[in-house]
Amino acid sequence: MSTMTDPPKADFRLSMLINDTRYRSLTFQVIAAIVIALSIWYLGNNLIQNLRAAGLNISYSFLGDPSGYDINQRLIEYDSQASHGRAAVVGILNTLLVAFLACITATLFGVIAGVLRLSNNWLISKLMAFYVEIFRNIPVLIWILIIFFIITASMPAPRAYLGEDAERGMTLGLFAFTNRGIYVPFPYFTGGFGGIANWLLVIAVLVASYFSTRVVNKNAQLKQEKTGIRPNTLLLNAAIWLVPLIVVLFLLGLSWDLPDPLANRFNLRGGLQIGAPLIALWFALSIYTGAFIAENVRAGIQAISKGQTEAAAALGLRQGRIMNLVILPQALRVIIPPLISQYLNITKNSSLAIAVGYADITATLGGITLNQTGRAIECVLLLMLFYLTASLLISMVMNIYNASVKLKER
Amino acid sequence: MKKSVILGAATIAGLAAGAAAAGTVDDVKARGKLNCGVTTGLVGFASPDANGEWQGFDVSLCRAVAAAVLGDASAVEFVPTTGKTRFTALASGEIDMLARNTTWTFSRDVDLKFEFVGVNYYDGQGFMVPKELGVSSAKELDGATVCIQTGTTTELNLADFFRANNISYEPVPIETNAEAQQQYLAGACDVYTTDASGLAATRASFENPGDHVLLPEIISKEPLGPLVRHGDHEWGDVVRWTLNALISAEELGVTSANIDEMAAGTDNPEVNRLLGTEGTLGEMLGLDADWAARAIKVDGNYGEVFAKNIGEETPIGLARGLNAQWTEGGLLYSPPFR
Repeated sequence: MSTMTDPPKADFRLSMLINDTRYRSLTFQVIAAIVIALSIWYLGNNLIQNLRAAGLNISYSFLGDPSGYDINQRLIEYDSQASHGRAAVVGILNTLLVAFLACITATLFGVIAGVLRLSNNWLISKLMAFYVEIFRNIPVLIWILIIFFIITASMPAPRAYLGEDAERGMTLGLFAFTNRGIYVPFPYFTGGFGGIANWLLVIAVLVASYFSTRVVNKNAQLKQEKTGIRPNTLLLNAAIWLVPLIVVLFLLGLSWDLPDPLANRFNLRGGLQIGAPLIALWFALSIYTGAFIAENVRAGIQAISKGQTEAAAALGLRQGRIMNLVILPQALRVIIPPLISQYLNITKNSSLAIAVGYADITATLGGITLNQTGRAIECVLLLMLFYLTASLLISMVMNIYNASVKLKER
Repeated sequence: MKKSVILGAATIAGLAAGAAAAGTVDDVKARGKLNCGVTTGLVGFASPDANGEWQGFDVSLCRAVAAAVLGDASAVEFVPTTGKTRFTALASGEIDMLARNTTWTFSRDVDLKFEFVGVNYYDGQGFMVPKELGVSSAKELDGATVCIQTGTTTELNLADFFRANNISYEPVPIETNAEAQQQYLAGACDVYTTDASGLAATRASFENPGDHVLLPEIISKEPLGPLVRHGDHEWGDVVRWTLNALISAEELGVTSANIDEMAAGTDNPEVNRLLGTEGTLGEMLGLDADWAARAIKVDGNYGEVFAKNIGEETPIGLARGLNAQWTEGGLLYSPPFR
């Protein structure tokens, strides 16, 4: 009331910082910021002082030194003479690989379980509820271990497949399922430009096919709008996808590298080995996070008003199409934001890899390198930087996607 | 979950504590307890028995040090450490000494700022394979899958050995000995490699030890010994000379059976100096005169400790080999007590 009668004085008194509501919150925020900054400075300074007292220094030069250890799963060329830095890159690629695979399968499991949990079929909905509650209420580390132990204990050792008169033949002569992993045929090229260039060429062909089919579909759409009749594009599209691909694969000389049971007395040689640690980690992360995603999906679907379903049904759409065309596209707006944090969880939980001997970044840089060089602080800082960067990138990509599906307000 | 992050934080916190602390001898005396880092469980070297009491070769050394410093062999807090956590635990001051089959290497001594006070077991890295594979030499292991304990020198030796012999292998990194054992028995790896003593200890705990053979190749030198932090020389001296006291006791014929008699005084001046009836060696260490006598009384001299925990009479069945006294063709050689 006084402010109405007395115009505020221009001069500023120090006591106004506490007594005046206009400044009070600002005062407290500044004080809090100073306290936080001081504590961080104190901790950091303490660390530096103590490191100096102990005669240690922060240095990253060890990243260039030869690592001296081998890694079982490498996506790039690596041996024990390569540097610690390269070992870290091998670990990063392994982390990204398992995170990528697990994100895809977890989404698949999650969407299926989430939709089925709302099914009218009593058995199916209860089974899905059972899946969700069992998997999300047991720590993921336990799932990783149990799946790994089941693989190693229940599958035969590779020895069963080896030799002329092996105990077991390979499935279809192509696949071997062992307790060290699954061996599958792997494609390679005998001709062409060698190495990665061939693969890039194949990808380029596929991308070109994709855009060609888009053009075809767009033309069909135009024709449909003009005449009401949609020309049949199925055969044409199939030809656009397949013919160039087959031609290019033939020209490059595609061959298959098959697992060979005779080459070695300990293991199968050749083909692509998908190691048991990768399978255990991948499957455990997908099925565990899938349970959380299922709940997100259910929440998203239930957030859509029942009127939408009824309206779509009134138009004569079938159940499956109602879900795909009406409900899920709207539900995505509710599903995507929590889905982002599930993807981040997968990426971070993949650091449990060491439990089953999977060589992710925590196992290489944060495990063996840290141990052999003793550079704990440097390695942990690098690890933090990597996980932070990876998580922020995933967030960014998913936020862009979210922006594209969210309600457009014009 | 993020073990290494926690370790990093522990290092930081521990370094803060370590820098402020006084000498470790005083710390241990003030605490009334010795914090000793051991393995998470390796039969014969350090593992809890049926009553939960820690037993083993390394454990005996911890108890001897506790007896020398505190006069009570049971005043030891055993801290189980893995290959990965052990150095952080020691550097941070969480433990006062580490007696955990740790190989004395240049970089650990110099770069990691630790002090190896001696060698209590001369070891070397070996290989164990199932007998049915019919392998008789490590050079035949081309293409094999090998289980290794991660964070140890064995990892590096293994890479060097296979590289030098131009043969390939698949490493399976494993955190603890128990897990490695389980993986090896399930056939997830063909070969298990670690220090030969550790292999013998592991094999002894198998249901059918006879189904597994140790290959003849020893691919590395692994002098295992207790270590302490760099810079605290008084404490380093205490641990070093406790170890030397056990070794000298064997050389001089002092055993747990005759020590009381010998402690009353003998004709051998070195025995007298060791047991504190002559000279002031204990005082020089900052301990009392019969420190060494107490250390020897715990489990006997080096030879007795060896025989009781890992010797040929035990399931582990290790011969003295390099670990015999120098007088008997081994490498054990304690500097004189003078």
